Amino acid sequence: MNRQISLLQSIVLGFLGLACFLGFWQGMSMSGLVSNIFLPSPLEVYERFTTLIERRFAGATLPGHLAASFMRFAYGFLLAALIGIPLGLLMGWYQLLDEIVSPLFDALRFVAPIAWVPFAALWFGTGIGGPIMIIFAGAFPPCVINAYRGAKFVDPRLIEAANMLGTPSRRVIMEVLLPSSIPSIISGLRVSAGLGWQSLVGAELIVASAGVGYMMVQGQANIQTHTVMAGMVAIGLVGLALDSALRGVERVIQKRRGLEQ
Amino acid sequence: MATTVLGLIPSGRFPSPAETWSALVHVSGRGYGGGDLALHVYNSLRLVVMGFLFAIATGVPLGLLMGWSRRAEAFINPIFLIIRPIPPLAWIPLAILWLGLGDAAKIMVIWFSAFVPSVINTFAGVRNIDRPVLEAAYMLGMPKIRFVTEVLIPGASPMIFTGLRLSLQASWTTLVAAELVGAFYGIGRVLNVAQQDLYPGMILVGMVTVAILGWGTTRVLGLAEARALRWNTAALAAKG
Repeated sequence: MNRQISLLQSIVLGFLGLACFLGFWQGMSMSGLVSNIFLPSPLEVYERFTTLIERRFAGATLPGHLAASFMRFAYGFLLAALIGIPLGLLMGWYQLLDEIVSPLFDALRFVAPIAWVPFAALWFGTGIGGPIMIIFAGAFPPCVINAYRGAKFVDPRLIEAANMLGTPSRRVIMEVLLPSSIPSIISGLRVSAGLGWQSLVGAELIVASAGVGYMMVQGQANIQTHTVMAGMVAIGLVGLALDSALRGVERVIQKRRGLEQ
Repeated sequence: MATTVLGLIPSGRFPSPAETWSALVHVSGRGYGGGDLALHVYNSLRLVVMGFLFAIATGVPLGLLMGWSRRAEAFINPIFLIIRPIPPLAWIPLAILWLGLGDAAKIMVIWFSAFVPSVINTFAGVRNIDRPVLEAAYMLGMPKIRFVTEVLIPGASPMIFTGLRLSLQASWTTLVAAELVGAFYGIGRVLNVAQQDLYPGMILVGMVTVAILGWGTTRVLGLAEARALRWNTAALAAKG
């Protein structure tokens, strides 16, 4: 237990692990045990990925679908941040608002974002409004919760000092509460982005006429497993890029505040 | 629900309490979308429980192994790193291609979504066990099996339960999505048919049912946790 291993060993073992995984996959699809239609080899998926970048499938190229997905994501995410962060801060500030909103919020928490799909489709259509609402449903709660926590855990001495100096509450919120909750808010945004991206994929599988999720559904309908897998790779890559971008922002802000662990 | 959203939403698309009540009566009596409410609930619950248990049965041991052996961690972690960024919902089309619209595809995606949190948290739980505890067990020459059942699992169990709670949440999200994409029975099926029929009351009934089921299963897990961790007063105190 806990026997330390050298860096070299861990790199070698890691490569071995990946090689086993990819080798097993490649072997399975080449051996003919599983039909190639249902289990294309990693190489075929890679090739499909590169062709999709140039050739249209289900109405657009892969970058085109990604752009459509990303647009929706950006709208939903920004909307969630613009409404969620102020709401969270205000809930942390005004006890009354907290008492009104919190129970509602707790009840809604158990509704999976994806369960909003039917209402989203009914209210905002399946074009751009519906998916945006689903992303919003996924990305909104972490924004509110983290802004709320940030505002609740502000050093009370700062607020007391501001109050003693007779600062109006609007200025306390903007100049004390907001700046000191920024680290918590940023972590919330990172969680939001992850959940929002995931909800978007779900929404596009069910209601959409463009986007990566839609491309995958079309691939599924045409029994093109390699297209579905290429879509999964693309979704994973974008998700990873989003997460590392926000992680970078998080680190910069923590460093600037001397909070680096 | 007495509020009507003015202008933004076309009238008749927002469920009124009366309509919701009649939808509830409709689905529990005559049935809707291929069966009555009990049948849909039974199907959804059964799939979530099966996928979830299957994920625990595979995920927790793998997490224990990765926490126990640095070699296993080095070997498995890179595979995880490439699979993890793919959201569970993105596996749905693949599952349908492989296994069709029946139960097997749903269990597969639920397994996938619940597997990752249970592995990661179990792994973190093992790594958080106090070193002296592990060293004492070693020094006393504890046999391997007893070491796993009496040191590793209890030591990691607070984190394991955190993982299970996340897994359970992920299971419900994935199930609803999978049933919305295509199913013969289940709450997702009710939601889907209601959407096509433009039946807001029924959609609300479906959503509330999902919320109640999610809340209920989380409660059951919480009770199991309280029982399993009775020895661990610190964990209970932290939960409040």
